[in-house]
Amino acid sequence: MSNDSIQTATEIKLKMNKVDLHYGAFKALSNVSMDIQRNSITAFIGPSGCGKSSLLRIFNRMNDLIPIARVDGEVFLDDLSIYDKSTDVTYLRTKIGMVFQKPNVFPTSIYDNLVIGPKKHGIKHKIDLDDIVERCLDQVALWGETKDILQKPAQSLTPGDQQRLCIARALAIEPDVILMDESCSALDPVSTAKVEELMMELQEKYTIIIVTHNMEQALRVSDYCAFMMINPERAGELVEYSLTVDMFSNPTDQRTEDYITGRFG
Amino acid sequence: MNSNSEKLSHAVFFALALSSISALVLITVFILVQGAPIIAEIGLFKFVFGMTWAPLKGEFGIFPMIVGSVSATIGAAILGVPIGICCAIFLAEFAPPLMRNIFRPAIQLLAGIPSVVYGFWGLIFIVPSIRDHLGGPGLSILAGSIILAIMILPTVISITEVSILALPSSYKEGALALGLNRWQTISSVILPAAKSGIIAAVILGIGRAIGETMAVIMVLGNAVALPESVLDPVRTLTTNIGIEMGYAVGAHRQALFATGIVLFVIIMVLNTTAQYIARRK
Repeated sequence: MSNDSIQTATEIKLKMNKVDLHYGAFKALSNVSMDIQRNSITAFIGPSGCGKSSLLRIFNRMNDLIPIARVDGEVFLDDLSIYDKSTDVTYLRTKIGMVFQKPNVFPTSIYDNLVIGPKKHGIKHKIDLDDIVERCLDQVALWGETKDILQKPAQSLTPGDQQRLCIARALAIEPDVILMDESCSALDPVSTAKVEELMMELQEKYTIIIVTHNMEQALRVSDYCAFMMINPERAGELVEYSLTVDMFSNPTDQRTEDYITGRFG
Repeated sequence: MNSNSEKLSHAVFFALALSSISALVLITVFILVQGAPIIAEIGLFKFVFGMTWAPLKGEFGIFPMIVGSVSATIGAAILGVPIGICCAIFLAEFAPPLMRNIFRPAIQLLAGIPSVVYGFWGLIFIVPSIRDHLGGPGLSILAGSIILAIMILPTVISITEVSILALPSSYKEGALALGLNRWQTISSVILPAAKSGIIAAVILGIGRAIGETMAVIMVLGNAVALPESVLDPVRTLTTNIGIEMGYAVGAHRQALFATGIVLFVIIMVLNTTAQYIARRK
């Protein structure tokens, strides 16, 4: 194998091949194929109800929570086939962390929110856990303001800080990929700016996928952009997937152009 | 005209609502008036901690009955609470919808069985089993605890289940997204989050157990003595009133009302604590 091909092979972090998602008899996503680049930020955009969140949740199998959901096709994290029967879904989720739309800190202390994942994955010593707490809070720029109140309820933080705590909590299990499902939509502009800044810092170490309704946000933070829409059969499909700069300056599909220029959606 | 009829309906509903409150007030006042003088006469300490209950000699100490009530109730909690909480977790988190639809009404039905039927079943089934297999008279704390444990299940299960289901689904999603498995999610996120509701469920279950009369009259043996093991018979505060009220007169009758006051205070404290804990968030 030449150096070049190795390079290319390792640069694809996540891969989807002809994926369909059904909820019972209803087809929610149709024939989605995409490669997600390592250490990139990829944004899923499109009108409401087009299946952006469903597509995101395919990567960490959160759709498993819905008994009638069924995924066909192939999805890979590196070489790991995500939907293979032998795949350990809890392991998968330690590799692919997730941050939700609303900050969902647990009703415990700041400290306990952060260590709950590492503890369950076998880290027992307090020194190690303390290290994780400091490192993760530091990564989301919360350490300064929370280091003296680690035992306070996490829910006493502002929503913006709670969301950053949720990101820190996802980082604590040392994932490779972070999924963010409209993670700024419940935040004010200042907090949003902080989270966006954080995403761009995290990009060095992690592969990030965001779902957003906010096209300016997609343009500001993402390297790649995937535009989705509902097809005539009411299933979501991937219309266009390219470098963000290309999509916004020179969309190849008329529907993409109509959407990003604000003609609908 | 219209506003008159509105005023009238307002008054009618207010009067009816008042009647339920007034029942509480009347009962409270009545047992206080009837029971307080004898407590004052004997002395609260001597009444509550007195070891001898001999109405004919004018000795009224209810401590053995307090021990009886508390021991049967603790026994019921030890047996019933773990089963109840596990059942609620199963219903809220694991059971498929069909099974849930069978379990829920079945558990509600358990609450609808008259307590005398529980007592009767205990008397002809549990009491002889204990006598044959474990020894003693059979009529015992253990028999009462088993019956009470079954009787508090509906309370414990339904309140625990409601408090688990009331949690936002985002807690569960958040925990699963951290790679926690189902049981880790329940034990380290769901249960701690539902803690106050579960504690309230347990306290209300205990209140239910301590107030129960008919079923325990039939299986506890009703002996006024400090028990030495769970196989000994005891008398509870409730059964003391239930058994003797029919023929008690004078000071004896007052002492039974005073027993009622003690019971009333215990249950008030339990219910208030449960409400306080359930509301605290």
